[in-house]
Amino acid sequence: MSDSASKPRPQFRNLSVPQILSYRLPLAGKSSILHRVSGALLFLCLPLVILPLFALSVTSPESFANMRDWVANPLCKLVLLVLIWGFLHHFCAGIRYLILDLHIGNDKYSAQKSAGVVFGVSLGLTVVFGLKLFGVW
Amino acid sequence: MAQELLGTRRLVVGAHYGTIDFIVQRVTAVIMAVYTIVLFLGVLLTPDLNFESWRHLFTFTWFSLPVGQLLATLAFLSLAWHAWIGVRDIWMDYVRSAGLRLFLQVLTILWLVAAIVFFAKILWSL
Repeated sequence: MSDSASKPRPQFRNLSVPQILSYRLPLAGKSSILHRVSGALLFLCLPLVILPLFALSVTSPESFANMRDWVANPLCKLVLLVLIWGFLHHFCAGIRYLILDLHIGNDKYSAQKSAGVVFGVSLGLTVVFGLKLFGVW
Repeated sequence: MAQELLGTRRLVVGAHYGTIDFIVQRVTAVIMAVYTIVLFLGVLLTPDLNFESWRHLFTFTWFSLPVGQLLATLAFLSLAWHAWIGVRDIWMDYVRSAGLRLFLQVLTILWLVAAIVFFAKILWSL
């Protein structure tokens, strides 16, 4: 057996929800936890929202019109807006991880800056798609 | 260089499941990213997006091969495998009880298999 297996590892079990919420994460940390949250959200909504809408959109002209009616519903628009944000954040943060895996931008300053770019691009695109979704243009 | 840093007492054992998952997570991510961008460009470059042209993005053929359906299936299978690794990691990180963790992992598999069957049924009956 190796050394690490014989020694019990230290455990920290004194964490509570308010404590976790009070931690001030750096921008890269916020991007990381939101990557996880958005991934879980997309996983849950896949068979519940995304696939049913996809099915309606491709099956027949009638179901396509049906899909449009669903998407016209304000509540559905709100759900879609959250999913659009979730997808865009997961996409942008994921691209950042792929670049970090290539050993590009691993130093503290660049990593912090690229996390800022992730938020800028994903939130900016969410606004663009949101405006489109709510029919501003 | 990395080899020297690991030292001489490192045990090289195991089936490298972690390595495989690490690689799969990234390969599936690249497949999905490329497919998403191509699909998005397809939507942008379609002058008049309606039911027919939208459906065509998933049903187009090339020398009578169902390329649209094949690419969508490849991207969706990548999604399911990617989601499995990601969601399983969430359970492994936060759920300490082995019984509950197994239950949630089985639920995750059923959820994703159902999604694959649902998607395949929609796509291949077009």
